[in-house]
Amino acid sequence: MIAITLTVNGETIAAQVEPRTHLVDFLREQLGLTGAHLGCEHGVCGACTIRVDGAIVRGCLVLAAQADGSVVETIEGLSDSGEISDLAQAFIDRNALQCGYCTPGMLIAAQDLLLHDPSPTREAIREHLSGNYCRCTGYHAIIDAVQATARAREQA
Amino acid sequence: MKAPAFGYLRPASLAEALALLQSHPDAKLLAGGQSLLPALNLRLSQPSHLIDIGRLAELCGISVQQGRLRIAALTRHAELQASPLIAQAAPLLHAAIQHVAHPAIRSRGTIGGSLANADPAAELPACALALQARIDVLGPGGARSIQACDFFTGLFETALGSDEILAAVEIDTPCEGAVFGFQELARRSGDYAIVGLAAAGRVEGGALAELRLAYFSVGATAILATNAAACLLGTAADPASLSRAEAALAQDLDPPDDLQASSATRLHLARVLLRRVVSSMMPQQRLAA
Ligand SMILES: Cc1cc2nc3c(=O)[nH]c(=O)nc-3n(C[C@H](O)[C@H](O)[C@H](O)COP(=O)(O)OP(=O)(O)OC[C@H]3O[C@@H](n4cnc5c(N)ncnc54)[C@H](O)[C@@H]3O)c2cc1C
Ligand code: FES
Ligand code: FES
Repeated sequence: MIAITLTVNGETIAAQVEPRTHLVDFLREQLGLTGAHLGCEHGVCGACTIRVDGAIVRGCLVLAAQADGSVVETIEGLSDSGEISDLAQAFIDRNALQCGYCTPGMLIAAQDLLLHDPSPTREAIREHLSGNYCRCTGYHAIIDAVQATARAREQA
Repeated sequence: MKAPAFGYLRPASLAEALALLQSHPDAKLLAGGQSLLPALNLRLSQPSHLIDIGRLAELCGISVQQGRLRIAALTRHAELQASPLIAQAAPLLHAAIQHVAHPAIRSRGTIGGSLANADPAAELPACALALQARIDVLGPGGARSIQACDFFTGLFETALGSDEILAAVEIDTPCEGAVFGFQELARRSGDYAIVGLAAAGRVEGGALAELRLAYFSVGATAILATNAAACLLGTAADPASLSRAEAALAQDLDPPDDLQASSATRLHLARVLLRRVVSSMMPQQRLAA
C-alpha cells in the first residue's frame, strides 16, 4: 500500500492505496464519490473525466498514487460550488441527457472548454467533446446546451 | 478491466530512476500513463513495478539554444500545443499535436512517452522522422543520441535499451525557405489516423530543394516515402510531378489491411494526402489560399 495525501473538492484527504488503483476507483470506493463513472477503463469513452490540478484528465488513466499531492475536483465539487449550475440547467432544458451516464464527464469537459474559450463555435465544442461518448442523445442537444450556456454567460 | 497488481516506485531524481531501472529488470517507466495504463487495464502487459518519472524536473522544459529546439521528454501534449515557442520554432509539431487524442488525454500524455511507445499510427514519431530529430537518451553508461531514422525499429519497438530513459528530442529550428505540411484522415477527431502524412522541406527559387514525407499508420513504423519525394525534388509540385510522385508511392508503401481500411484504400488515401499536403507547402499555393 502507498500513502497519499491529496485535496478532493477542497478537502484534504490522507489515504492508503494499492498501486494499481486508479483515481476513479479510489474516489468511488474509498471516498464514496460516485459521480465520476467508468465506461471502458482504457481511455476511449470519457465517462471518467475529472479535474486534476486544474486540467481535465481521464480518471481511469491516472493512478491514485500519481495524484499524491494533487488537487482533484469531481462533478460533486463542481456542482456543490455552483460553478456549473447554469451548464447543468442548460443540459436539462435542452434534453442533453437521457440515461445520464456520460453527463458528469460531459459537463466537466464542456466547462473546461468554456473556461478557455468563452464563445466557442459549434465546431470547437464538437472538437473539445470529441473524446466523450454519449450513447443516447446523438450529441446535438449537448452541443446546443454548451452553446446556450456560453451565450448566457457572455450576456451576464 | 482492472490492471494486474504491480509495485509503484517514484524516484526523486533521474539518477535514482536509472538505478531503479537497473535493479528492477521487469519494471516499466511511467510518464503520462496514457498508453501504458490502458495497456495494463487491458492486461496486455504485466510489469513487476512502475517507475513513475512523471515528476522529474530534469525531464521538463522547452528551450532553444544555438538554433536547436530541445523538447524534454516530459513535455505534455497540451503544453506543446499551447507553447508559442513550438508554434514558431516547430510549426510541424504545432500542426500535428492537435490531432493527438483528446484534450483530457493531451493534458497528461508526453512527447517522450509517445516516441518511446512507437505506435505506428502515432503522429509524433512521424514528425520526428520528417524533422530529422535527434533523440537524446540516458543510460547507465551515460548519454547518447539516436537519429530518428535509426530510433523506430519496429512495431512498438525502438532503439532504446531496457535500462535507458529518453531524455529529450532535439530538432533544428526552421531555416530559410523551410516549409511544412501535416494532414491525417481519421474517422473522428482525435482518433488514431487511418493514414497520415507529416512533411518537411525547403523551397528555393520556387522549387522544392528538400522534401521528407513521413507517412504514419501505413506499416509497422512511420515510413519515409523517399521515391515519391524524389519525384518532387527540383519541381514546383506541378500536376505532372505530383502524378509521378503518386505513382512512385507504391514503391514506398505496402500498407496493411485491417478493420479500418484495406491496403488498397490506404494507398489511395496516402496519394490523396500527398497531393493535398505537398500543394499546401508550395509558396504560391499558400498565397492563393
Ligand atoms: C483514447 C486514446 C486515444 C489516443 N489517441 C492518440 C492519437 O491519436 N495519437 C497519438 O499519437 N497518441 C494517442 N494516444 C496516446 C497518447 O498520445 C500517449 O500520451 C502517448 O502515446 C504516450 O505518452 P505517455 O506519456 O502517456 O506515456 P506512458 O503511457 O507513460 O508510457 C508509454 C510507454 O513509453 C515508455 N516511456 C514513457 N516515457 C519514457 C521515457 N522518457 N523514456 C523511456 N521510456 C518511456 C513507458 O515505459 C511505456 O512503455 C491515445 C491514447 C488514448 C488513451
Ligand atoms: S472509463 Fe475512462 S475513458 Fe472510459
Ligand atoms: S445520456 Fe446516456 S450516454 Fe449520454
